[in-house]
Amino acid sequence: MSALEVISLSKEFGGVHAIEDLSFNISPGSVHSIIGPNGAGKTTLLNLITGIYQPTQGEVRLFGDSMAGMPVHARVMAGLGRTFQTPQVCMHMTALENVMLGRHIHLDGRFLPTALRLPRILSGEREARHRAAELMEYVGLADYLNDEPGSMPYGALKRLEVARALACEPKLLLLDEPAAGLGASEKADLTGLIEKLSGAGLTIVLVEHDMKLVMSISQHILVINYGQKLAEGQPTEVRRNPDVVAAYLGSAV
Amino acid sequence: MSKVEVKQKATSKWVCGGVNEHQRRTAGHFWQRPITNVAVLALLLACLPLALTSGFHYHLAVLVGINATIAISLNLLMGYAGQVSLGHAGFVALGAYGTAILSSRYGWPVPLALVSSAAGAALIAFVVGRPILRLKGYYLALGTLGLGMIIYLVISNEVWLTGGPDGMPVPVLELFGGRLTGPADWYWLIAVMLLLVFWLSTNLIHAPLGRALRALEGPEAVAGSVGIDVPRSKLLVFTLSAAIAALMGGFLALYAGFISPSLADFLHSIELALMVLVGGLGSVVGSIIGAALITLLPQVLTVVEEYETLVYGLILIGVMMFMPRGLLSSIIDLWRRIKR
Repeated sequence: MSALEVISLSKEFGGVHAIEDLSFNISPGSVHSIIGPNGAGKTTLLNLITGIYQPTQGEVRLFGDSMAGMPVHARVMAGLGRTFQTPQVCMHMTALENVMLGRHIHLDGRFLPTALRLPRILSGEREARHRAAELMEYVGLADYLNDEPGSMPYGALKRLEVARALACEPKLLLLDEPAAGLGASEKADLTGLIEKLSGAGLTIVLVEHDMKLVMSISQHILVINYGQKLAEGQPTEVRRNPDVVAAYLGSAV
Repeated sequence: MSKVEVKQKATSKWVCGGVNEHQRRTAGHFWQRPITNVAVLALLLACLPLALTSGFHYHLAVLVGINATIAISLNLLMGYAGQVSLGHAGFVALGAYGTAILSSRYGWPVPLALVSSAAGAALIAFVVGRPILRLKGYYLALGTLGLGMIIYLVISNEVWLTGGPDGMPVPVLELFGGRLTGPADWYWLIAVMLLLVFWLSTNLIHAPLGRALRALEGPEAVAGSVGIDVPRSKLLVFTLSAAIAALMGGFLALYAGFISPSLADFLHSIELALMVLVGGLGSVVGSIIGAALITLLPQVLTVVEEYETLVYGLILIGVMMFMPRGLLSSIIDLWRRIKR
């Protein structure tokens, strides 16, 4: 079974075909990259997968289940985790609370038990705090537990998002340009983190501009342009593909 | 707990040990626990009558208590969930008029009328909330403002039911076989209500549900990305907030013995929002302080006679300019500075 199946997906915005009849498969346990020039439709594709947009045609399947008509939060429950291109964190919460937020779907959020503060709520909070702290340590943020996101460096915020997404215990993790805005050493740490996650069996979909990163850690690459599939395959194949070179990579690579 | 135990306990595959230190650093202090806050408030409310020397003092305390409870309900919506409401007085009025109409015109027992009105207001909030809460920021403020105005207009125009601009009388509340008449009786009833709502709110905040509500104030993409049903969460807090406001509106009507459409007035909504802002957005204790200030200030300012409104306005401008995060956090900051 595929981790993610995109079946003849199309999205139109008032006559503009942002995504046109796009199909691809992502096998479980791999690092799969989606690349393409600016305006190729990567963000639209991501929004279609996560449920921010509903497609004009076609469908998205997550581990065999159709996501048609499912809102964003339901897809998270189905095992889809994500990070954002520019870190989206709640500035009025501590770093740890931001990660605890990721435990939401695993905790009891019903009104009555909460209002009565039943023991399960308390134990859930303890568990969430514990797991969030573990995950922050896992992504290398052990020093930032009680910091406010506003005082944290950009790279740390990107890791915080990863920790939050992991707290949801996703089966598939979508990373939207995780390397954007990072320095060289931060990128190396990020590569290590992605490899560690992939090694633990998590399926990762990477939307990224940094070719060095993409080529070094992906098992599979999908290239899109003008909302359509341009090429697909292993990094070495994609690198040699003349269409890709012409459209995207330029002559230097 | 040793590292090994931690590893065994955790079920995640992304396990790592050494969280003892984290837990110690991140677990709440004793005085931050909800139950401690509730106990302190209970103690204060129990001791306050020692300082209340006249019926008028009790009267003010009852008004502060009612306003504080409504302000807490509004703060859940505005301060925690970040959804502005400029029509909250509408729900207070719905509760007040519902209680008055059901009991005096239709002969319902007063407690039943009170609870039914709160439930009715909650239902209205639930139905109207879904479309209104799709609005954001200024638009939401205008949407809720419109809602409040509609309630005001209905109340002042449906004379056959509400008495129109002349208002209507409200029967006396009888509870447990006794009649609640004097402010001293009412003090204890309102104190219990305030304590209950305070307890409910602190329980809500220090729980997964409360954190989900607080996430609504952040970037909306975040809430969705961790699996929070954003429309449902907004609707929940809006409905809850309306139910509490309406219930307290019912109590307000019963206490006052007479109600008029000014309860649903825009200015009343603004006053409630002011209590929340002055006390501090996202602070339950702050709402009580804010409600006390906004309720008592006009009483205190009678000493400056004709300049009352002017001084009132200047004080509010001053608070907003120099204490933008609210009275409570400013007091805490000041306390910390003095201690150092």
